[in-house]
Order: sequence, then structure tokens, then C-alpha cells
Amino acid sequence: MLPKGSANLFAALGDDARLRIVSRLCDRGPMSITGLTEGSKITRQAITRHLRVMEGSGLVRGARHGRESVWELDRRRVEEAGRYLDMISKHWDDALLRLRTFVEDRDK
Amino acid sequence: MNTDRIEKQILLRAPLKRVWRAISDAAEFGSWFGMKVDGPFVPGAHLHAVVTQTTVDPKVAETQKTYEGAPFELMIEQMTPDRLFSFRWHPFAIDQSVDYSAEPTTLVEFTLEETENGVMLTITESGFDGIPPERRARAFAANEGGWSMMVGLISLYVTRAQ
Repeated sequence: MLPKGSANLFAALGDDARLRIVSRLCDRGPMSITGLTEGSKITRQAITRHLRVMEGSGLVRGARHGRESVWELDRRRVEEAGRYLDMISKHWDDALLRLRTFVEDRDK
Repeated sequence: MNTDRIEKQILLRAPLKRVWRAISDAAEFGSWFGMKVDGPFVPGAHLHAVVTQTTVDPKVAETQKTYEGAPFELMIEQMTPDRLFSFRWHPFAIDQSVDYSAEPTTLVEFTLEETENGVMLTITESGFDGIPPERRARAFAANEGGWSMMVGLISLYVTRAQ
């Protein structure tokens, strides 16, 4: 069963800017807001806002390091989000194998 | 990270006409997929289907028993002979206590391409971003019931395919 609040997870991920933040945190590991703002088209304030939304659904968490917070992904939650598509994806893998058996065996 | 779309490819070592018939003929499709529909596949058709047991894999057929008779709907979109077959449906609409009719559908496309070694079949299913979050959450719950068994059966293949 899904942990409580998982529906929020999809809402939190359903935004291009947030997906970009997630993918940067995936690639580079924990980052500060300053690091996340560098090379990004959106403002520090907007990034902070997105991080707060994602923090609310358990997707990322921030920890103080000196003067700045460092943000990192909660990988367990990210994996959960991928599970829905994985399930459907696996059904297709399975269906395709059946189709292969069907068209290859009967044609011999 | 694409949350809207799934894409799958498989090379089928069979003639193009054979593969086309297997996906475009409702009875043949139903035979391998494990479903029975109430009419032929024609563009624009709105068909009622029920889950049946696949004829090609006894182990999968056994797990499909759990859902045998479960109704779902197919809205046929495009049919270009030997090239493209597409339909819309409600993904994971297996909870019979839920009315899915008002929810957005996903688009499933079968694309065929003849190659030297056989027919390259590409399946895409897209439109998942339109499915309400709470609906996705319910799909997880439904999955715990019986689909997980099916997933177990093919885990070996999935691992090899990666």
C-alpha cells in the first residue's frame, strides 16, 4: 500500500521547474539554493518556493550547513513515483512476450 | 524523467502481415493479450471488453483468472494497415467498484516497421500526466492484489532487457 500523502507526490512532480530541480539533485547530489539557482532561468525565490512544495510531499529535505541549507532528494520517495509507470511498463513487457510467442510460434 | 509516456520495442521474427493480423484482428489480439471484445477493431469503435485468460502462457493465464470477466473499454482510434494501430483506454481500470468513464484516457499506439531481421514493433502509451494523482494512488493499491504475481513472472525478462 502507498504511504499516506503519496498522491501529493505526483502533484509535486507535475511541474517542469520542479522536475528540473529533481533531475539536478539526481545528477549532482545535495546542493544549496545558490547552487541550484546557478545556470537556472528561474529566481532564487522561485526555487525556494518549489523546494518547499517538494519538501511538503517528502520528496526533498533540507539540512542546515553553516549559513546555507543544503537540499537533497529522498530517493525512496522518488522511486515510489516511478513505480506507477513501472507497473504499467511491466504489463507491456509481459504482453509483448505473449505477442511474440503468438506470432512466432504459430507461423512456423 | 518522463512521467507522461511509456515506450517499448520488440523485434518479432514473423512476417509483417502476420504481426498486423495479430494486433488488428480483435479475436487474435484478445487471444494473446487475454481479453474478449464485443466487436471488430475499426476506427471510431467504442468496444466493451472483458479480461480472459491468454492462450499463449499457462502461467500468466492462471494469474489472469483472478480478473477473468472484469470489464473495460477500448476506443479504437487509428488503423493504417501494416503500419499503425491505436486505441484509448483507462489504464489500470481494474477496480470494478470505480466508475472510470469520466476520467481521462491514455493513448496506446502500436507502430510496425519491417526490418531485415523481422518486424520492429513499438508500443507507446501516453497521457499519464492527465490521470488524477488519487487515481494513480489507487492503482498501486489494486496492484498489491494480483498484478504483482504477474510482474514476478516476467522479472527475469525485464532484468535481461535492461
